[in-house]
Amino acid sequence: MKLSPMRRAAAATAAIAAVALALTGCSGFGSTGSNSGSKVTITFLTQNDAPTRTQSKALIEAFEKKYPDVTVKLDTQPPGTQGDNLMKTKLSTKTMDNVFHYNSGSLFQALNPKTSMVDLSGESWVKDLDKNFKQVVSVDGKVYGAPLGTSSAGGILYNKKIYQQLGLSIPTTWDEFIANSNKIKTADPNVTPILQSFGDTWTSQLLVLGDFANINKQDPNWATDYTENKNGAKYVNQPAFEGFQHTAQIVPAGLVNKDYASMTNAQAMDALANGTAAQYPMLTGSMATVQQNEPDKINDIGVFAIPSPDAQYTSLTLWEPNALYISSTTSGDKLKASKEFVAFANSPQGCEIQNKTGAAAGPYSTSACSLPSDAPAFTKDVQKYIDDDKASPALEFKSPIKGPNLETILIAVASGSTSAQVGAQQYDQDVKAQAQQLGIKGW
Amino acid sequence: MTVTRAITTAPRGERGVLHPPRRPMTARRFARKYLIGIIAILVSIVVFLVPFIFILLQAAKDPKDAGLMGFDLPTTWQFWQNLVEVIQTNSYQVLAAFINSFILTIASVAIMVVFSAMCGYLLHRRRTKLNPLVNFLVLAGLIVPPAVVPTIWVLQGLGIFDTLPGMILVEATLGLSFSILLFRAFVATIPRELDEAAIIDGAGPMRLFFQVILPLLRPVLITVIVVQAVAVFNDFTGPLYFLPSSSNPTVQLTLYNFQSQAVSQYNLLFMNILLITIPPLIMYIFFNRQIVAGMTSGAVKG
Amino acid sequence: MTTASVTIDPAAPTRAPRKTKSDRRGMRSPYPSWFYIPAGVLYLIFFALPTFSSFYFALTRWTLFSQTFIGFGNFVQFFQTPALTQGFVNTFIYGFVTSAAKVVLGLALALLLTGATFGRGYLRAVVFFPVLVSTVGVGLTFKALLDPFHGVVNQVLGFFHLPQPGWYTDPHLALLTVAGVDIWKGVGIATLIFMAGIVAIPSEYFEAARVDGAGSWNVFRNITLPLVRPAMATVIILSLIGGLRSFDLIWAMTNGGPGFSSDVIASVIYKQYQAGFFGLSTAGNVILFLVVTAIMLPVQWLLNRREADL
Repeated sequence: MKLSPMRRAAAATAAIAAVALALTGCSGFGSTGSNSGSKVTITFLTQNDAPTRTQSKALIEAFEKKYPDVTVKLDTQPPGTQGDNLMKTKLSTKTMDNVFHYNSGSLFQALNPKTSMVDLSGESWVKDLDKNFKQVVSVDGKVYGAPLGTSSAGGILYNKKIYQQLGLSIPTTWDEFIANSNKIKTADPNVTPILQSFGDTWTSQLLVLGDFANINKQDPNWATDYTENKNGAKYVNQPAFEGFQHTAQIVPAGLVNKDYASMTNAQAMDALANGTAAQYPMLTGSMATVQQNEPDKINDIGVFAIPSPDAQYTSLTLWEPNALYISSTTSGDKLKASKEFVAFANSPQGCEIQNKTGAAAGPYSTSACSLPSDAPAFTKDVQKYIDDDKASPALEFKSPIKGPNLETILIAVASGSTSAQVGAQQYDQDVKAQAQQLGIKGW
Repeated sequence: MTVTRAITTAPRGERGVLHPPRRPMTARRFARKYLIGIIAILVSIVVFLVPFIFILLQAAKDPKDAGLMGFDLPTTWQFWQNLVEVIQTNSYQVLAAFINSFILTIASVAIMVVFSAMCGYLLHRRRTKLNPLVNFLVLAGLIVPPAVVPTIWVLQGLGIFDTLPGMILVEATLGLSFSILLFRAFVATIPRELDEAAIIDGAGPMRLFFQVILPLLRPVLITVIVVQAVAVFNDFTGPLYFLPSSSNPTVQLTLYNFQSQAVSQYNLLFMNILLITIPPLIMYIFFNRQIVAGMTSGAVKG
Repeated sequence: MTTASVTIDPAAPTRAPRKTKSDRRGMRSPYPSWFYIPAGVLYLIFFALPTFSSFYFALTRWTLFSQTFIGFGNFVQFFQTPALTQGFVNTFIYGFVTSAAKVVLGLALALLLTGATFGRGYLRAVVFFPVLVSTVGVGLTFKALLDPFHGVVNQVLGFFHLPQPGWYTDPHLALLTVAGVDIWKGVGIATLIFMAGIVAIPSEYFEAARVDGAGSWNVFRNITLPLVRPAMATVIILSLIGGLRSFDLIWAMTNGGPGFSSDVIASVIYKQYQAGFFGLSTAGNVILFLVVTAIMLPVQWLLNRREADL
């Protein structure tokens, strides 16, 4: 039932192919002859969430229209940890789809790309890739993935109208940020200076994960040291500790909404859009909520980097888009068709589909695609940081280790039941467990 | 066995009497009967009905209204629209989930019921050196928490991890202990003379069990079927561990996944809750009387 | 094949005529032992095997494809899990609070519903109704109802100027709130078992007591209470086993949070599984197994002994 639009597409393609065969004077309808008209079927695996599926289906439909002799079969799997495990299973048992859509960065590295994927360095779209993105889909200088979707940023989303009314300027240090927040609080006690939304637990991590660009600016080797367990690159030590301190600071300072423990991400986005709150540490991907619920207010919201204690380090943390990869089991006609499919996603036509079906959360990671002219204003804020070279990919694109309990620990830290110090210690322990499980040297 | 005592003692009681003997109605008794009843009804409305009315109201609201989570009438009634939308979400995933959940429930309960009835029957009828061991294993099955990851390992070894058959077998296994205890208790209420008569008539073990004993177990069969079907249908932990991919979603998983979608839609979430409550509800309405009867007695047997 | 025990029953002589038939099939009894086999096979493969192998896997670092033997490393690491002590304490609190409440409330409701109460049929249906709703559904519904700011409960409390607690957002309250919802959902089953127990009491007892002029309290104290003890044992055991092992309601309502304040052992195990720490998670499973067994064996023994006294 769930494949019915696909079947229709497949049927249509088959009909076109039949006509093509007839025109080329091919004798048999079901001929498997090696003439140029013979059909190839490739499989494409992606995540099962609604936006991704919609986008994939649109992409396949357009692709099949352009390449009538190729049929693409769509498979889906859950995102997250479950998906990570399935992905590894499929690759190690050689049952992976021809083309698959998956995270870039540490999760990509964990798949052992050198043996499991096809080197795509020679493809024409590679030259268009953003250098940061290229890095997170490459091993030993070879490129394995092509982007699908936009990047997003983790920073402070803020209501521009409130900033204008109070004459506030974008803070470049953490102290300025707190000062701004206090001003907002005194100006109108009904406006929440900083939103927190632990109703969705993952949102608690922003002040730590989104602070990584600042850490990276201070110590460009931090991610490597952290991975190799040396030079004290731990969360209990500065500069990384500042994220825990910031998390612990804002609730006791009375700057947070009083329902922070139960508010959900969607509620927080609504509050921000409606001006009942001024600032929210969040990923720009969440702007999709505003786009759905209050489309007319989307341009009231902007984004700035989570400020470092020292203005010179303040920079924006970026999450790279997921990418398309080709599994190494693919060869011959299928490989050719798969490469065409990947290239199609990064062609003007593919970009158009991406623009139409995906909510833009930041700039594209390839110059082949560009945001539509009516893209939300906040995407320009993100672009500015990138143009000024004040942006860095998140830690997960630079190190394979992320402890699984970070969000829980940070909620305990934020609500005051654990101190920043103890929380950071707990997380370092958590990281150690993960590193040992991954079998990383030095742990 | 303690778990069974409550049930084994039942048939000895006065059949089908759910109220104390009648006595002349005095003013005090009258007041007590109605006053307590009315208080109980009022309390039950607040404690038990309000949550259900809340589900109904939420299911009829628009997304923004539902997001406010108030206990009030929807500003716009869009019950039907929400229903259609839930069904259409993720390419009719809810329908697929319903089909999966039905298959899972029917198959696993069928296996569970037949196998455990055989065990319970044998445990009571045949006293051998095996009995203490079997009793111990049954009790262990009730108490010991299932070892999850090793079960996944076993399922993977058999090539049925993340498949419906694998899930069916696991659910059937986990329900065995409780069902065996119920069956064993009820077999005790069936006179051996019936077995003997059947054996004299030349019935083999299979015929004796399936044609003579099993029909007599009807009241407890219904109880076991209803209780276990509701348990399997509503099981969340099992599919969470053993059906992790989206290829075979069950209704509980779709519900759980629904809440984690980035753009929250509480109206659809509650519509979903409403939808998946309907099958157990229908089952309960149909078998309401038999559940109590099955629990309380073998008295219904003909 | 042991037929000895069977020969003592009156069925023995009747087996003679069909002996040849059953001999041919290799079965000497009308109650063949192979009736254990179908259930036994399932039990062995999907329960016993995983349980036993868990003792080995608990000692490995495990990715499902490869395992490295690391001795007791997992147990050491499991006990270093943040706030694990709280997880243990929570498991006990949750198990005992829910089963105690189910016993008390279940008995009270059963008394009410077996009595000549007005609206009995309605009450019986409504009390049992929550049993039918899925745990996830119940969890999500109560999360909305108990929302500290928008939820109905706190709005009503606010209306009467009563304190509005953060039911599941206050670390000190979260576990008890979930336990409360668990009781709401599970009390129907307890009531049903108690009803079965009460109905099973021969009505002559009550009549005799009435004739002797015993008041309601005395009837309850001296007849009902002692005679529903088997039902009570059932309720205690089932709800205690359920309470110590369960985490689905906790998972649906709080994910063990806020922070670690409503984590129980079972939810810690799930989190470790989710993180891909299979060996560690299995070690947790072994610990849970030991804890539940250590509690249930004495409870079982105690309840059985008390019954024997009757």
